[in-house]
Amino acid sequence: MYQYDQYDQRIVEERSRQFRGQVQRRLSGEILEDEFKPLRLQNGLYMQLHAYMLRVAVPYGLLSSTQMRKLAHIARTYDKGYGHLTTRQNMQFNWPTLEGVANILDELASVQMHAVQTSGNCIRNTTSDQFAGVTRDELEDPRPYAEIIRQWSTFHPEFAFLPRKFKIAVNATPDDDRAAVYFHDIGVKLVENGAGERGFEVLAGGGLGRTPHIGQTVRKFLPKEHLLSYLESILRVYNQFGRRDNKFKARIKILVNALGIEEFSRRVEEEWEQIKDGDMLLPEEEIERVKKHFAPHAYETLPDSDSELAALALDKDRAFGNWVKNNVRPHKVPGYASVTISVKDKEIPPGDLSDYQMDQVADLADRYSFGEMRITHTQNLVLADVKVSQLRELHEKLVAVNLGNANANHIADMITCPGLDFCNLANARSIPIGMRIIDRFDDIDYMNDIGDVNLKISGCINACGHHHVGNIGILGIDKQGVEHYQLMLGGSAGNDASLGQIVGPAFTQDEIVGAVDTVLQRYLKERESADETFIHCYRRVGMAPFKEALYGDN
Amino acid sequence: MATIRDGKIVEDTWQHVADGEAAPEGDVIVTLARLRQEGEALRARAGKLGVRVGSDAIADEIGDEVKDLALVAIEFPKYVDGRGYTIARKLRDRFKFEGELRAVGNVLRDQLFYMHRCGFDAYELQEGKDAEGALEAFQEFSVTYQGGSDDPRPLYRRR
Repeated sequence: MYQYDQYDQRIVEERSRQFRGQVQRRLSGEILEDEFKPLRLQNGLYMQLHAYMLRVAVPYGLLSSTQMRKLAHIARTYDKGYGHLTTRQNMQFNWPTLEGVANILDELASVQMHAVQTSGNCIRNTTSDQFAGVTRDELEDPRPYAEIIRQWSTFHPEFAFLPRKFKIAVNATPDDDRAAVYFHDIGVKLVENGAGERGFEVLAGGGLGRTPHIGQTVRKFLPKEHLLSYLESILRVYNQFGRRDNKFKARIKILVNALGIEEFSRRVEEEWEQIKDGDMLLPEEEIERVKKHFAPHAYETLPDSDSELAALALDKDRAFGNWVKNNVRPHKVPGYASVTISVKDKEIPPGDLSDYQMDQVADLADRYSFGEMRITHTQNLVLADVKVSQLRELHEKLVAVNLGNANANHIADMITCPGLDFCNLANARSIPIGMRIIDRFDDIDYMNDIGDVNLKISGCINACGHHHVGNIGILGIDKQGVEHYQLMLGGSAGNDASLGQIVGPAFTQDEIVGAVDTVLQRYLKERESADETFIHCYRRVGMAPFKEALYGDN
Repeated sequence: MATIRDGKIVEDTWQHVADGEAAPEGDVIVTLARLRQEGEALRARAGKLGVRVGSDAIADEIGDEVKDLALVAIEFPKYVDGRGYTIARKLRDRFKFEGELRAVGNVLRDQLFYMHRCGFDAYELQEGKDAEGALEAFQEFSVTYQGGSDDPRPLYRRR
């Protein structure tokens, strides 16, 4: 993974010092709260319903065991003993004090981490595929480009006060998309052109929130050396012309749609013409320098293990077999596999990890996966490089710390926003609904029968839980002071990007879990075979059967 | 209100002149509308001439008419309005503006570093703020990743 040199290190140390000074000036009254707010936000510090929340940046979700132990230490020392995995592959802490945050930043800097730009109207943490570098279906590892973007966007002087927040995702898988590039302000897809050259397709204007949009192509093929000047051109057009009069119309998706993709692209290209051949040209040596940090691990030479993996999925120990089936995927190196550690359990808020679990996962990463782990945007963890021969042992150890659930990519493996339990924007709670759904589908055979489906829950229309792109989406609303939940069907965040549609009138919190079950039972009746997943079935049969199952004929 | 130029607190000889008000002797800053109406007369005066533009100004549209002036002041109506950064960069990088580029309005210490990197060299600090303390802002970072108007080379050309 990327290792800081003296320059990177100096930047995070200087940032920590700067923020400590800003906190002191805030406490002395020299900076007003209104002036301080964007400063703290650009350091990931929110004011939530009950307390401050600090969001720590985990670039493209990649963490070393040393870093994870530091997060465990922070959870223990400065918080209430847990952290929460976010949809931008970051980790956030819900209960730090303002004075504590300055110390946390020093702690983070000591392990090459920070909280820079994890909030605020600036360029946020660049996300990528959680299986980057180990998956068979990618053209090449996208993380070096995500790291190059991270460096370019960190303290970018021109783009610290954009009309609104700005999110970039990178992927490199032509046939699949685990990074939701169509739902980002900018999506960067590593592609190959007709001549066999690698470059990027650049998308813009995707996003969720109140007005969801699927990103559109600004440029079909961008040679690699132009990556940063092209991003800079898009940001520059947005910074000049994006709306600032209404925060709900300030995202780039609104600008792209107001101008139309042709005019938007024309302005970007015009800007780019001016700067494309300047100092921002990305030299091959720089790409190589960053790539070296992501060189493959020292894998052992082992025989092909695909058939062994298939056999393990049928193991007579069904807890283990189901876990292999649902949570383990083949690796590009024979003898290895990638493991999704489900952080979805009926007893614990989805995506929450205790300090003890963090330490344990760090130990397991050291022992079984070259000391590295990843956070997924679906609020789980991944150990990407585990020997197939050690899967059973690893599973036992995960079960011992309550991280061995076999529900990855199934109905219980949902995204939830913090909801009304923490957030002052929310209309309804998300976490308890999520936990009740995990409980409802506790029967692994039933869950397996339902198969691959994703559920996404947001507690308000701002859509932090990505409900628009859930195969099944739940949106919390307030109906005369009572929490209600709208059910949406048909969304997808992948290459087959689509937005879910509301089925009908909202459900109460007592009804919503049953409603999800009703939809899934109907799916089991409607599907052509067990190979037809929920989303494919929905696309074939449409909304009507589900509507009928939920509301009857009227 | 203190004026900072090139990292120091300075005596400010420039005067902002409102529309409709007669231009006094010495160095004056007028609005863009006035520059367009009275440009010739204003340029014929003895003192230096500067213009003040709003954050909604588009650099590509005003660049040619302001690039030979001694000063361009860019307004920050609210410090979270970040359009002024792009105006500054384009005036410096594209129109090769070499005069004084001054940030005016809601100008605060914690934005000075970014402003400097985008090509500003003078700042009218918000009334009532500690100007001596604000000078520290220019030294808060000794390394930057991306190029700017201060140094166009990204760190990968300096590493």
